[in-house]
Amino acid sequence: MSAPDRYPPLPETDPGLRQRNVALVDLLDRVLAGGVVIAGEITLSVADVDLVRISLRALIASVSSLTAEPATEPTAEPAGEREWEP
Amino acid sequence: MTYTWLYAIAPADTGTPPPDTPGGVAGEHPRTVGAGGLLALVGSVPAPDFDADLLQRRLRDPQWLEPAVRAHHRVVSATGGRALPVRFGTVYRDDDRVRALLTEHAEALRTALARVADRTEWGVKAYLDQARLDQARANEARTSGDAATDPGPGGPPDDRPGTAYLLRRRAARDRDTRDLADAAARARQVHLALTGLADRSTEHPPQPPEATGVRDPMLLNGAYLVHRSREAGFARAVRDLGEQHAPALRLELTGPWPPYSFVDLPTGDGAP
Repeated sequence: MSAPDRYPPLPETDPGLRQRNVALVDLLDRVLAGGVVIAGEITLSVADVDLVRISLRALIASVSSLTAEPATEPTAEPAGEREWEP
Repeated sequence: MTYTWLYAIAPADTGTPPPDTPGGVAGEHPRTVGAGGLLALVGSVPAPDFDADLLQRRLRDPQWLEPAVRAHHRVVSATGGRALPVRFGTVYRDDDRVRALLTEHAEALRTALARVADRTEWGVKAYLDQARLDQARANEARTSGDAATDPGPGGPPDDRPGTAYLLRRRAARDRDTRDLADAAARARQVHLALTGLADRSTEHPPQPPEATGVRDPMLLNGAYLVHRSREAGFARAVRDLGEQHAPALRLELTGPWPPYSFVDLPTGDGAP
């Protein structure tokens, strides 16, 4: 799978970027992991899609880190290690 | 030469996509293929670009993938919620194979369609609302004359500022742990309450702060299949639950979505 640093940088000044990121993550949850699974002749396997989802999230993360305000110390544990499992 | 990208499967009386339907994953105009009393919403995509190898590679290219995911979603949504969304990346050699699929799986597809008929999917996410929680606590401390912040007789002696600092740090950490546990329990209650109002419900993994850009931890990423006649009540319930669990939780409602999360085929190969 692709390393996050391979991704081209995106513009960081888009004011709607955060909202758009959130919407994209919601979309990924559904479009890549949902929908009826039927075998096509050329079909992405579920494993592929999981990889894709992870790499896209890595992309979003790299964009988010560009736009995030200066980080404060996290006040709670990160929301879910299990996130990254298939 | 082209392949056939499959977007969604709809009842036969759905009709054909209007000319202003947004373009598909290859910018193509979506069309329909009918068989077995069903319609498949498809698009013709250029064969070399969508060969297995190239498709796998393009999938790793976010510049291609994000617009493609959005295009897939737009075409699925253009059916007005009457269709079964198909998993992104399902491609056939030609229309005949799509017709064969519709005929072969007609029963299972019709059953799956009936399960989501007149229903839409709604997403509800719950976050720990640290900022509002801190604000509420500060207000409370002010109105009660700062008594709440007085460490009391058990507090550290004034001549040991280092110890006092460490104790304050520990108290803050304990409080944060309690806040998170309390908010997580509240998120469970929200999910149970909304499940009671929905035909079906499921949960996606919580999205990590790095992916959303929202630093507060996400404690619920729920999906709910709701009948159209109950949509208003569902939205009202989300608002009421949001008020009930403030300031600990912040709820976010998204939708209506096509029923992506509720399309399991009762039989047939490849069903999850």
